Amino acid sequence: MKSLELWCAIFAIVLASSGGDVLLSSAMKRVGDLHELYAERGLLVVMGRVVREKRFLLALCCFSVGFFSLLTALSWGDASLVAPASASLTFIASAVMAKIFLKEDVDHRRWIAALLVCVGVVLLR
Amino acid sequence: MNLKKYLVLFAVMCFGSIGDALLKRGMNDFGPVDLHHPFRVVTALGNPWILIGIACLIAFFSSYMTALSWADLSYVLPATALGYVLVTILGTTFLHENVSPARWIGVLLISCGVGWVTRGPALTAPQPREARIPSPEEQHEIA
Repeated sequence: MKSLELWCAIFAIVLASSGGDVLLSSAMKRVGDLHELYAERGLLVVMGRVVREKRFLLALCCFSVGFFSLLTALSWGDASLVAPASASLTFIASAVMAKIFLKEDVDHRRWIAALLVCVGVVLLR
Repeated sequence: MNLKKYLVLFAVMCFGSIGDALLKRGMNDFGPVDLHHPFRVVTALGNPWILIGIACLIAFFSSYMTALSWADLSYVLPATALGYVLVTILGTTFLHENVSPARWIGVLLISCGVGWVTRGPALTAPQPREARIPSPEEQHEIA
């Protein structure tokens, strides 16, 4: 039972983190290159633009859920299981979501890189 | 990609790994979370290790947002995975941890993945708008 609860927490981390990543990436693309914006308009304008993005606020909500799921999972299981399992599954889930929702060009190079990193992270535990 | 952008990816990698390690240290002090009192986990925010971990994660988040403003998500995630390699190397060097051959294979695979993805483009090129061919009626009107 404890194992099932732990995997539910890991699944919640993966779902919340990938969803947050996609929303944040979308929000940042709408804001534009932060380096250029900061050089041209200053820090306050950058912060204002970012905070006004609704997708950024939704991403923060997702990350909050992911953060407390991570704390819960870490208190139930070993970091050597929780960290690599959630990280490796997040790589794949984010690549799939980026392809579907952000229409990113996830070519063979990125798929192979995501898979190599995923397998590598599992071996690290 | 210029040096400044590689430094941002490096910051994402370092702050993320260190922040996670500090959170684990803090949660070891806090103990298991009770499902009957789930909101008690909020009191973990009073732990100094958790607070330093959160400070690192804020730095991670700022650099991560900057990276996502000029690169694809499917590029940034694998490109910053070198943090796992960094933690393993720090573990063997400074903490004298025993790293098994399987872990070194993991380090090699992650390094290959990072090297592979960073050689490609960071951002999906915007799709060119298709030139609209006027309908026969419009061609007739133009003529």
